[in-house]
Amino acid sequence: MVTRFLSWTRQAGALLNKDFKAEFRTKYALNSFLMFAVTTLVIVSFAVGPYYLDPVMHASFIWIIIFFSAMAGLARAFIKEQERGTVYALKLSTTPEIIYLGKFCFNLLLLLLVLLVIIPFYFFFLSPSVGNPLLLVVVLLLGSLGLTGTTTILSAIVSKANVKGNLLPVLAFPVLLPLLITSINGTRLALEGYTFGEASSELRVLSSFFVIMTTVSLLLFNYVWED
Amino acid sequence: MFWKVFLGIWMSLVIIASFLYAPPALGLGEVSRIIYYHVPLAWVAVLAYMVSMINAIKYLRTSSIEYDYRTSFNAEVGTIFALLATVTGAIFANATWGTYWNWDPRQTSIFVLLLIYGSYFALRSAIDDREQKARLSSVYAIIAFITVPFLVFIIPRIYASLHPDPIVNIEGRLQMDARMLQVFISSLAGFTGIYFWIYNLQNRIINLKGKIKGRL
Repeated sequence: MVTRFLSWTRQAGALLNKDFKAEFRTKYALNSFLMFAVTTLVIVSFAVGPYYLDPVMHASFIWIIIFFSAMAGLARAFIKEQERGTVYALKLSTTPEIIYLGKFCFNLLLLLLVLLVIIPFYFFFLSPSVGNPLLLVVVLLLGSLGLTGTTTILSAIVSKANVKGNLLPVLAFPVLLPLLITSINGTRLALEGYTFGEASSELRVLSSFFVIMTTVSLLLFNYVWED
Repeated sequence: MFWKVFLGIWMSLVIIASFLYAPPALGLGEVSRIIYYHVPLAWVAVLAYMVSMINAIKYLRTSSIEYDYRTSFNAEVGTIFALLATVTGAIFANATWGTYWNWDPRQTSIFVLLLIYGSYFALRSAIDDREQKARLSSVYAIIAFITVPFLVFIIPRIYASLHPDPIVNIEGRLQMDARMLQVFISSLAGFTGIYFWIYNLQNRIINLKGKIKGRL
């Protein structure tokens, strides 16, 4: 059991390492992801201008920015393997579950890197007041986990389709709707300064969403991956 | 043949009874007669989606293509019935609450359900290879359906419901006038019969298609 777990982490780590090396040679995904997020943020900032926003508006804007930039940035994880023809080498080298885990870790790191830039920028441009910063971090983290877990398997599905362009947001929106509603609500609670106890049901929904989606993805990924 | 005629007569009787035999519900007035259509339509939509899900899982287990035909066909039937349920619900909403749409939890969840199956059909049309289309869309249908229980839990916390099942259905028991209940149950049975009739027709078409392909 333990050795199997260790070998899984080692192999998934190797895949993650490979993806990172490939990514930092071109920085294409990270750059486009980041620029998309910044552009969306600036549009929001321009549109809002000098007006005062409620916490619920801030929470909605934050998650709209995260959702759409994630759709633009995370779609490429499998498409690029398909385009370069490396997908067959990947198929030969390891099992589907490990591929899913490796890609999941890569997407998660990518998303967290972008959040690390975009959230301070958001505060810089729109200066919302934060009542409970720690809760905000936890909500953002749990939300990103669920978002990445779902997007990873959906982007694998999209990479097999003929029309790859706009399919991911279409597929992801209904699946992610419970996550988005809960994240927006959790972010609003954090901005208004509620405690962890008062936001516990949001946190529970977010973490169970993540666990359920990852488990189902691991079970079903085999069917997506085989030809 | 017998069943077709029987269903036709049965449904005609239900339609007549729903307007002439059953009394209007207390507090809701004449407009309450829509429940003889709205509730069975929603029930058939759920039934068709369930059958579609079961066939999706069966397809992934056996990879025999006829299950995929059934999955997509039941998803289509479910979508048509869900659309009709949405429209009848909106008409009722306009008559009693004064607006067609107000993001009531029921409206939100059926809207998400329609979105899920809209995406499902978009995905199917985006893949050419027959087998890949079947496999990927089955996976998507399962993933999408798993999130529905979350919605059931989350949405009522955000929006309050005005849906009248608390009026008809106090304390979990069906409290209806005896004549209303008769028409309601017959209508449910009739619509379920219509669904099985469509299901049977489609199965025969699928089988015939398979035979034609085998001969070519």
